[in-house]
Amino acid sequence: MSTRKYSRIAALCALGTASALLAYLLLGDVEKNLVYYWDVPELLAHGDAGKGAVVRLGGLVRKGSVVWQPETLNLAFSMGNAAEGDVPHVRVQSHGTPPQMFQEGMGVVVEGSFNGEIFAASRVMVKHSNEYRAPVDGQRPQDLYKTLAKDQD
Amino acid sequence: MGRFLDLGLFIIASGLLLLGSIWGLWIAPPEAMMGDVYRIMFVHVPSAWAALMAYTTCLVASVIYLFSGKSGADHVAAASAEVGLVFNALLLITGSLWGRPTWGVWWTWDPRLTTAAIMFFAYAGYLALRGAIDDDRRRSTWCAVVGIIIYADIPIVWFSVKMWNSLHQLQSSPKTMDPAMVTPLRIGAFAFLFAFLWLVRRRVVALRLRAQNDILMMNEGDPR
Repeated sequence: MSTRKYSRIAALCALGTASALLAYLLLGDVEKNLVYYWDVPELLAHGDAGKGAVVRLGGLVRKGSVVWQPETLNLAFSMGNAAEGDVPHVRVQSHGTPPQMFQEGMGVVVEGSFNGEIFAASRVMVKHSNEYRAPVDGQRPQDLYKTLAKDQD
Repeated sequence: MGRFLDLGLFIIASGLLLLGSIWGLWIAPPEAMMGDVYRIMFVHVPSAWAALMAYTTCLVASVIYLFSGKSGADHVAAASAEVGLVFNALLLITGSLWGRPTWGVWWTWDPRLTTAAIMFFAYAGYLALRGAIDDDRRRSTWCAVVGIIIYADIPIVWFSVKMWNSLHQLQSSPKTMDPAMVTPLRIGAFAFLFAFLWLVRRRVVALRLRAQNDILMMNEGDPR
């Protein structure tokens, strides 16, 4: 067999392998096993299986639910798939300063464990959407950096 | 001719980079939630596009090499993988710098970040393989095969944010962005496109010269 023919077969095999890998990852069952976070209904649906284990939970910070104590650095808030209205939600407690952008209505992903009532988060991450907007009149985004300092005054 | 092309690409790339930086840093408005932190997007997103473009070039050149056996295609594959890796590194670094103030973490094993890291290590491995095989023909053939297989990760990187729950946001589009932010992003994209073309051309020329040099050396060392 000539070298040229051999390398063409190699090309086709490589393309086949790459396509098969891709098809398996995109269309196969792998999708279900790769879970970065659960949303609140998924966590609750797992029942006892979701309790105690270290998991990530994603959702929106419920309006009017945030309690932040700057003296003790204790943070508590509720999260669910909607920031308002009657949807399942879970109470989250964490210790430490949250990221600057943490606020009501914001998307968050928390790491920790759920005991059935309280989700004890060891890490709170803020999820930014793909929307980028200029500030409206009177809004000063630079103030975001100063709010933490103000709280400590 | 080639020299003018090189000089032209270099001037266009650096001119656009300068213009994009000035526009992105001073003319574009701050973001309502993130303030100035978002401006790293004008480098981060073009890095991602340039890396994907470079790796796609590597794929196409690898296929062409295997079908034609032309060493020029092998040089293009090698050069674009090298340049892609640089953009990929820039992508991971700028993403991390943005992630710390925005998400609150430098790194997390989210699907987009994980697949982008796999992409980085796959192409680093590809370049290591290029350095590990001495025989020209064997190196070119093996690397072309590897260059095709590892490309399977690139569509996954692209679709990861749509397929799985991730911390990384979806792709932005002009609809989800303030029009005043779209212009510097476009300038950045073209700056990186021309930088990519310039870098790949320079590397291809260098690889070709090295290959010619190897042939000359071999002939000189020939005892006949």
